[in-house]
Amino acid sequence: MPVELSQMDQEMLDGKHGPATRLAMRIIARMADVYGAAELMDISQAHIDGVGLLSESGLEFAETLARQGGRVRVPTTLNMVPLDAAHWQEQGIPTDLAAKALRQIHAYTSMGCIPTCTCAPYQGYLTPRFGQQIAWGESNAIVYANSVLGARTNRYGDYVDICAALTGRVPKYGLHLKENRRGQLLLRLVDLPAKLLHDDSLYPVLGYLLGRIAEDRIPVIEGLPADATREQLKALGAAAASSGAVALFHAVGVTPEAATLAEAFQGSQPEQAHCVDIHRSDLLAARAALSTAEADAEIDAVVVGCPHFSYAEIQQLATLIQAHPGQRVHPRVRFLLITEYGAYSLAQRSGLLDIVTGFGVQIAHDTCTFHSPVLPPSVKVVMTNSGKQAYYAPGELGVRVVFGSLADCVQSAIAGRVVREESIWQ
Amino acid sequence: MAIVAPPSGPEAKQARSRAPRGARERAISGRAVVPGSAEGIALVTTEPISLWGGLNAQTGEIIDRRHERSGEIVTGRVFVLPQGRGSSTASAILLESVRTGKAPAAIINLRLDPILALGSIVADELYHKPVPIVLLSQADFDSIREGDHVSIRPDGTVRIRREKSHPRRSWRL
Repeated sequence: MPVELSQMDQEMLDGKHGPATRLAMRIIARMADVYGAAELMDISQAHIDGVGLLSESGLEFAETLARQGGRVRVPTTLNMVPLDAAHWQEQGIPTDLAAKALRQIHAYTSMGCIPTCTCAPYQGYLTPRFGQQIAWGESNAIVYANSVLGARTNRYGDYVDICAALTGRVPKYGLHLKENRRGQLLLRLVDLPAKLLHDDSLYPVLGYLLGRIAEDRIPVIEGLPADATREQLKALGAAAASSGAVALFHAVGVTPEAATLAEAFQGSQPEQAHCVDIHRSDLLAARAALSTAEADAEIDAVVVGCPHFSYAEIQQLATLIQAHPGQRVHPRVRFLLITEYGAYSLAQRSGLLDIVTGFGVQIAHDTCTFHSPVLPPSVKVVMTNSGKQAYYAPGELGVRVVFGSLADCVQSAIAGRVVREESIWQ
Repeated sequence: MAIVAPPSGPEAKQARSRAPRGARERAISGRAVVPGSAEGIALVTTEPISLWGGLNAQTGEIIDRRHERSGEIVTGRVFVLPQGRGSSTASAILLESVRTGKAPAAIINLRLDPILALGSIVADELYHKPVPIVLLSQADFDSIREGDHVSIRPDGTVRIRREKSHPRRSWRL
């Protein structure tokens, strides 16, 4: 059954609001048919992932919409972009690639998008409210918005995100509707020591495992501490949205739609077949699976800030660096910190930036190792504290990876080879 | 969120039809998620894959080194996979592979993957070249083997021809 359009939807489809809005509405309406949605609904905010990847077709799509006079109808933020506009020359980015990247960014800003240029749009400007209907791209942002903020978005892929922004409409379907946000399987954390539950490095590992088990279902985690931080939940979601297609998780007593187990399952009981106990041995196996290089490998690079570091995470890194007075990043190792412009500016103002760069850390903002050649091809072994980076880097960058905590990353950067504190996992 | 294709039931015609000697042809019906006509040799996997980080749009190669079909070329093949996975950038990779001419001829899924459908729809709107996508029931999905010759009609009909002596799961382009 084809989607039923409102009068305004029909006007957009008929071209009464210009050719760009018409193209955007055609794609939205066709996606509604794909979903089997009966009607469309309003969204009040959008986040554009389609600006991140630089491809000829993506550039052509954006420039077509911009040339046809497209204007966003709701506040719209941009995901990280294909280059760091401030540092691309010193990063050795070829001029032709930079020119295309700048054209792509310009196409989106000319349609009214706000150049936040971050994959962590929930960290600052225009953070959505509980229950707000939004259309977000970028898998880690989607899972954070749904799970931690309680805003409502489906997994919007590249290019439908800008269509939602240009029309202010999406198919009424999926996670926009409360009844579809009920937990679908229960993961119980058993026999985990309190120290591990509070350690940052647990969260990417648990997220990786969560994605593997849940695939595209909605998992409910029981046993996470109530004081799990925003950064820990961010790391968990980013990994779960990499190894699986998780768009929403609940953590009992932690996330806003799961004050109790009953609330997470909206009053129903999880079936026994959908209950999984997570033991320390499972986490050890998941932690091992996140690394593809041997445990004592020499490293060429350390990458932190995937997703983009918050100010709090830069602060954490500075504190770890200050615990090693007089020591610096090994001359062979490139230590790359990726962040967003807001956190970068604050760190510059507070002096944190001097501490991290004094240690030998290179900073990039607005972009990402996967969408901009910020790591030279000579880099073969990468250490990271990010489950998402560890998951994708072997395929995307052709490197071997080692996963470790942020403290392990600092120690390893000094030593030039992998140094990991294992006691927390014993 | 996964939507499973309706069971094929009695209306799913299993018919022998005119086919070269030594080959067997049958037709099954699925849901045309993105309608179109295409044909090609089946590239079959039971493991989901994220096209971003999983497919090189310039070469058509599967580059997810953790995936069972790593190294295979999808170009011109009917790519039979349960669904996509992970990144919401998969649509951009599918679109770019259409532009470069390295896209699969068609995609057959077991569960609805809106991100793949999106990539195909944008390819249709921008280049008038959709990658047809059909959803099949579990039994029909499982019945397609590596190397089968598969053709797809806009109404979701899938015709499958198998050479009698065809080697199973060892097809390479």
